[in-house]
Amino acid sequence: MKKYDAIIIGAGHNGLTNGAYLAKAGLNVLVVEKNAYIGGAAVSRELENGWIYSNCSYVSSMLRQTIHRDLNLTKHGLVLVPYLGTVNFGDNGKPLIHYHDGNVGYNHLRQHSAHDADSMFKFQADLTRYAQLIRKTLMRTPPNPTSFKPRDIKELLWLAKQFWGLGEKELYEYMRFFTTSAEEFLDDYFENDLIKAAMASPGIIGTALGVYSPGSAYILLHHVMGDVDGNIGAWGLARGGMGAISNAIASAFKGFGGEIRTNAGVQQVLVENGKAVGVVLENGDELRANIVVSNLDAKRTFTKCMDKKDLPPGIYEKAKNFKIRGSSGKVNIALSGLPKFTNLPDNKFINQGGQGFVGSLETMERAYDCWKHGLFSDDPFIETVIPSAWDPTVAPPGKHWMSCFVQYCPPVLANGGWNAKQKEAFGQSVIDKIERYSPGFKDLIVHKEIRTPVEIENEVGLTEGNIFQGELTIDQLLFNRPFPGYAQYRMPIKNMYMCGASTHPGGGVSAACGANAAREILMDLRKPNTVPEDSFYDE
Amino acid sequence: MNHYDTIIIGGGHNGLICATYLAKKGQKVLVLEASTELGGLAATREFSPGFNASVAHTLSHFSAKVAKDLNLAAYGFDFNAAPMTNIALNSDGEHVIVEGWGASSKLSGVSDKDKESYREYHQLLKRFADLLKPFWLKTMPRIGHSSLKESLTYAHLGLKMRMLGKHDMGEFMRVATLPARDLMDENFDNKQLKALLSWDGLIGSKMAPRSPNATILSLLYRMSGKYEGAHALPKGGIESLINALKSAAITAGVEIRTGAKVKKISIKADENGLRSEGVELQSGEQLLSNNVASAVDPKRTFLDMVGAENLEIDFTHRINRLRCEGYVAKLHLALSDLPKFTGLDSLDGRMVIAEEMDSIEFAFDDAKYGEASQKPVMEIVIPSLADSSLAPKGQHVLSAHVMYVPYKHKNGWTEEAKAELYERVIDTLASYAPDIREKIIAGEILTPLDLEQQYHVTGGHWHHGELSISQMLMMRPTYEAAQYNTPIPGLYLCGAGSHPGGGLMGGPGHNAANEILKAKQ
Repeated sequence: MKKYDAIIIGAGHNGLTNGAYLAKAGLNVLVVEKNAYIGGAAVSRELENGWIYSNCSYVSSMLRQTIHRDLNLTKHGLVLVPYLGTVNFGDNGKPLIHYHDGNVGYNHLRQHSAHDADSMFKFQADLTRYAQLIRKTLMRTPPNPTSFKPRDIKELLWLAKQFWGLGEKELYEYMRFFTTSAEEFLDDYFENDLIKAAMASPGIIGTALGVYSPGSAYILLHHVMGDVDGNIGAWGLARGGMGAISNAIASAFKGFGGEIRTNAGVQQVLVENGKAVGVVLENGDELRANIVVSNLDAKRTFTKCMDKKDLPPGIYEKAKNFKIRGSSGKVNIALSGLPKFTNLPDNKFINQGGQGFVGSLETMERAYDCWKHGLFSDDPFIETVIPSAWDPTVAPPGKHWMSCFVQYCPPVLANGGWNAKQKEAFGQSVIDKIERYSPGFKDLIVHKEIRTPVEIENEVGLTEGNIFQGELTIDQLLFNRPFPGYAQYRMPIKNMYMCGASTHPGGGVSAACGANAAREILMDLRKPNTVPEDSFYDE
Repeated sequence: MNHYDTIIIGGGHNGLICATYLAKKGQKVLVLEASTELGGLAATREFSPGFNASVAHTLSHFSAKVAKDLNLAAYGFDFNAAPMTNIALNSDGEHVIVEGWGASSKLSGVSDKDKESYREYHQLLKRFADLLKPFWLKTMPRIGHSSLKESLTYAHLGLKMRMLGKHDMGEFMRVATLPARDLMDENFDNKQLKALLSWDGLIGSKMAPRSPNATILSLLYRMSGKYEGAHALPKGGIESLINALKSAAITAGVEIRTGAKVKKISIKADENGLRSEGVELQSGEQLLSNNVASAVDPKRTFLDMVGAENLEIDFTHRINRLRCEGYVAKLHLALSDLPKFTGLDSLDGRMVIAEEMDSIEFAFDDAKYGEASQKPVMEIVIPSLADSSLAPKGQHVLSAHVMYVPYKHKNGWTEEAKAELYERVIDTLASYAPDIREKIIAGEILTPLDLEQQYHVTGGHWHHGELSISQMLMMRPTYEAAQYNTPIPGLYLCGAGSHPGGGLMGGPGHNAANEILKAKQ
């Protein structure tokens, strides 16, 4: 029987990236995927004839440019294009248009608040500066602060230097920013509630926190530290849907000689004498390898794909306590035409961008309160985008589709589990809200796919459908991700690694987790490093 | 005209402690208190004829060092009482009870598994609390600066963390910012126990069980005391502490004036820059001193007494945005007799009404939008059981901290809104003590707005400022004022708004005195 150098569980973008760098170093790598298709949550699927949905993740910004360039993803067919603008709809009154053009954007903001239009410059500058520091850590392995190894001490000092170098004022602001709520942070800058709500929305996406919860300001940062083709903080779309990212990485991986096997769900990681030696597939096949890398989330890896008795004491409990909460849902809608919104000009700035149905800070917070009670709100926060307005490959000519990301959606309903009727009602709450801003929207609907945390978990494998493979709160960031002592991609079992978003730097289609894990693996195998340094943004 | 070495604004416990330390070193010290009584939020006052209570109603982490240094025992402060039993009330009488403290505590009403978990949980938290303990009575270094002395404090903290060992150190860094709810869920099954144990991390702050931030640090702060987090009432009540502090101050030579409200801190401006030179009272009287130490909250100190005209705009901005809105109301009831709590024989414990963490969370949700909780949660103590002088013979006082009651009511705090809240709180109490209404002679509820007005504390906040991470340690209340000195030479902070924070602890008064004395040398 063939023995691989490495088996990677899960053909999501991180697993494929990990595979690409291992294969590039000459390793014989197999990626196994439970679904019939690859991509994990960065996937494009044709669920209605002619329409291709990015049915999980829907926009790109976090993808590390270093990786994009190093793996030559453009050659493998990846085209990313930034949004032209964003529209946010408040509870009432005129919508807020965020034009990505300095003067136009400023003049529009002034119509809402002259004070806030001026503040926006400081806000963007501060946020970008805060993001810079985090960006520097994305492609680095977090130090283990409890270790005395020279490498850990060196890395810890590097980190301390970055922080210390900020100086007293900046350090203070930084600490405040890290621990405060999105609402409080925004209160420093803005007076207009719609502007605050629009700016706060990234603070809750994918997170079981509200805009009033301490810690939500940091998550806001997580959504501005990306870039699209050098436009820092920009968001963009991939031609052909998000699956194009996974496909391009997979193509690079195969180019290095990597092998992918689909319809190959892993039953269990094989452990012999305290070492990972391979996997057993759901069909009973046994595959052997020198190392096993899991791209699944930490909870699933240790509580579902491993035998508890193979784990050192305490690990099962740590995995069980790992916070990975389902807080969001998704509705993908095929449309017979482009929706028109009340009070909005019909132009490409609006159509080729995002729409946020934010309401107000209070509306968003109340939706979170519903989630805490195990309910979904009848006035949810929705972030939508119409990829077909820019990309003709994802819908039939003249037709469109709309991706609706919905917050909040509980993994389990208070009155029992999800059933077809409740799922339909959840989808309806989203459609009803959009209809309020776009009369006639309902009549355009050709097909819809409603995804609660249950569907996301069942299809993609993410526990509770959590899009980040684990909450992005301080107790689960950097050297705490996924658990203290195991943040360096090596797992408690010898020859076993993790490369998914449960590891540093966390969720988002960044590919950084996969690349970082590859660097550690190659170091252990004494192979030359193939993972590039992220020197792009260093001063 | 009298010239003092130091004038202290505010005769709460921190002001008195700071004053006494200074006077013991030979300084000529004056304490100015706006109210007629000393003690601030710990002052005992008659809320109904013959019935007395103080807003702060128990002690948990009063500094043993301060008590010893100031010889408070000699002035009648006896803190050897047994800690109070903590009781998570249940309306059916199935209470969860934590008796005693530390390793010798006894739990009832929970499974054996939870009892075992409690031992481990308590030991882990105690190790963390012990790590932090020395730092509560230390001046924190300035952030971004690294003098040798400052580096040493960090090195000390780093060393202590390393000494925890790999596992505990990792856990410490994870748990420090964990929401109380997650820590409880990781450790226990019993809902009442979880609510009870999370209580001390939440009370007094604008946080609920699901809020990440400083709830665990608050727990550890309160665990720095003699009873490792358990509460107690000294013999003679809270009043005995304030009286002892007053006697110690007077014996040390401190001059105390009550009913002396400070209007302004006098600032002298000349070619050497600004310097505080004393205070001006509401009456117009001018008092001169080398130093002024303010035990008043930072917002009031800087924005009202110093004035933005004397401060840099950035600094003013940071003070202005300090979070210090209180969310705890205080209930005082004069009772003709002890009420009967269902299923409870003895009422000398600390009783918490919060049947599960969600009860606290959902009570908080109302307050987020500027409304008092529809289903309030509370902590109840009957202080007259420990100190019979608080009520006429045979009668009693019930004292309760009620959460969450916002400082700012969305429609304003009208008399009707207060009356409605009072009724709601009594109704809640009545579902645990059905005969409570028959026993009530008189009662009052003080919202945070009332606390602000009666006790001169901005926002009616217990700690003069949220104990959130961005307002703790070397960031309390903000940089440039976290080492007790301020941008105005000669002006110091010595109140709960400074490190380590509020509660009847005494750390800020103690630490500020050290800094003032050091500056003098």
